[in-house]
Amino acid sequence: MRIEKWVALGVVIIIGLVVLSSALYIVDETQQVVITEFGQPVGKPITRAGLYIKKPFIQKVNYFEKRLLTWDGSPTQIPTGDKKYIWVDTTARWKIVDPLKFLQSVGNERGAHARLDDIIDSATRDRITAYSLYEIVRNSNREFVSTEIFIQKEEEIREVKKGREHISREILKEAAKIVPQYGIELVDVRIKRLNYVEAVREKVYTRMISERKRVAEQYRSEGEGKKAEIEGMREKELQRITSEAYRKAQIIKGEADAEATKIYAQAYSKDPDFYSFLKTLETYEKTLTEKDTLILTTDSEIYRYLKGALPGKKKSE
Amino acid sequence: MEEDLDFKVNPPWPPSRKWYGLVILGIVVLVILFSTFYAVGPEEVGVIKRFGRYVRMTDPGLHVKIPFAETVTRVKVKRIFKEEFGFRTLRPGVKTLYAPEKWEDESLILTGDLNVAVVEWIVQYKIVDPYNYLFKVRDVQKTIRDMAESAVRLVVGDRSVDEVLTVGRMEVATEAQKKLQEILDFYQTGIKIVTLKLKDVNPPDPVKPSFNEVNEARQDRERFINEAWRAYNKVIPKAKGEAEKIIAEAEGYAINRVNRAKGEAERFLALWSEYKKAPEVTRRRLYLETLAKVLPQVGKVYVVDSEQKTILPLLSLEGEK
Repeated sequence: MRIEKWVALGVVIIIGLVVLSSALYIVDETQQVVITEFGQPVGKPITRAGLYIKKPFIQKVNYFEKRLLTWDGSPTQIPTGDKKYIWVDTTARWKIVDPLKFLQSVGNERGAHARLDDIIDSATRDRITAYSLYEIVRNSNREFVSTEIFIQKEEEIREVKKGREHISREILKEAAKIVPQYGIELVDVRIKRLNYVEAVREKVYTRMISERKRVAEQYRSEGEGKKAEIEGMREKELQRITSEAYRKAQIIKGEADAEATKIYAQAYSKDPDFYSFLKTLETYEKTLTEKDTLILTTDSEIYRYLKGALPGKKKSE
Repeated sequence: MEEDLDFKVNPPWPPSRKWYGLVILGIVVLVILFSTFYAVGPEEVGVIKRFGRYVRMTDPGLHVKIPFAETVTRVKVKRIFKEEFGFRTLRPGVKTLYAPEKWEDESLILTGDLNVAVVEWIVQYKIVDPYNYLFKVRDVQKTIRDMAESAVRLVVGDRSVDEVLTVGRMEVATEAQKKLQEILDFYQTGIKIVTLKLKDVNPPDPVKPSFNEVNEARQDRERFINEAWRAYNKVIPKAKGEAEKIIAEAEGYAINRVNRAKGEAERFLALWSEYKKAPEVTRRRLYLETLAKVLPQVGKVYVVDSEQKTILPLLSLEGEK
């Protein structure tokens, strides 16, 4: 008898627990809940965390995330407005703002993802094809700071009218228009990655290489130019220095010559005849050597006594 | 206590129902104890939820909570977490080991001049708001990664490849960090970016050699210029010295010339002043003296009579011998 009592009590407790566990449910901070009764939603969605009670068994708790959720698209190949093929990888953040609508229209997150794939992809495609590549890559008209003197301010100086963030916002706006019907709010869409498709990338590399080669050439030729310039300067300086020295030397010498001439003239002009006499003697002394033959007549001063030592038979003087 | 001893000395097998009861009670007590007390580590905070609803946050130490109704989630708020982009560390240490693969998807970035750069970077972050961290965003780590990529690409996209490779590195990092923080704040992730640092920034592999070539060319340019200057410096100061020399020599010549002139003039004047007193004699004396000096050194001296007119044929004969 005692045993049966215990068993009965046990059964009652177990049933009670089962009922209780089916009637009570916990909503976490991260969750929101829609109660359905045989598939029909009952009451308002519960978005506040806590312990709640429902009709056991006949009511079902449908949990949904309350937090910000991730949507990560797979990279898609899209041609830009200027016909350049690029991989675009977007990522988005969304949340379930109307769990009831969400439940009714897409059911669960996987369903939502499928819709978001379509919506965001097409919005992305739509916006990317509308813009040139540089509009998508760049974000503003910020001027490049360059260390290379030779990087040309090439044709890429095109004005950026929108820029990447703006285009991202356009994608968001376009996609966000469609999603409220699914009880979703699209919070943000961003371009995560952007890459050239393989074939284009090769071409870009080739272009980069040729550009670098050009820059390298320019450096070298600038070096050579500078070198030539310095060499020229050296030559000029050299000529200037030597010629200037020559000029100065000539002036100095000339002045000295003039001075000397003046001195001589002053002195010799006192008696030019005597001077020429002296100078002539000096010249004899200097110029006559043993190769020379000297012919003197007996009239000359030194030999006139050869004919006769007697004076008086003078011819000249 | 006594039962306990008994149990050890002589364990009855199978144990009686009394023992079952005790063991179950013991387990229940333990479970309740474990569910009541909880410890929060020194680098954590405990976030307490009662039936799923957030109620409070607790600091490190031992705490009490309502068993079963309250749950604790520990969040490491002091820990700094790290995310790597474009590379992976296999084993950090003195000699850090990096994964050999290239994470080109992450690191290849289009630059503003429509070139490509390979950028590797890290993001360090910590959780500053455990509430937001737990309850506002589901996949925080993924969000940080996605947004870091987006932010860095956005910033790099506004710079030339050159800039990213050289002077722009710091700026890219700071600006991307700012951007990333803005986005994460907007999402209410409860994350603070401690730092965003660019590690290796390189041109893509196929382009690398040509970038090196530019560096070499730049050095070549310096070399050319230096060489030219060296040649310049080798020649010009020497030339200057030589110029000085030429001028000095000219000056020497001048002094010499003038002094000589003066000397000779003086000499002439001195001689002349004496000569004036007896011109005839002096003149003759000078002449004869000169001849006396000259005649011995002359090869041949012919003395011809002043009346003789035909010396020439004879002389020419002599000269022919």
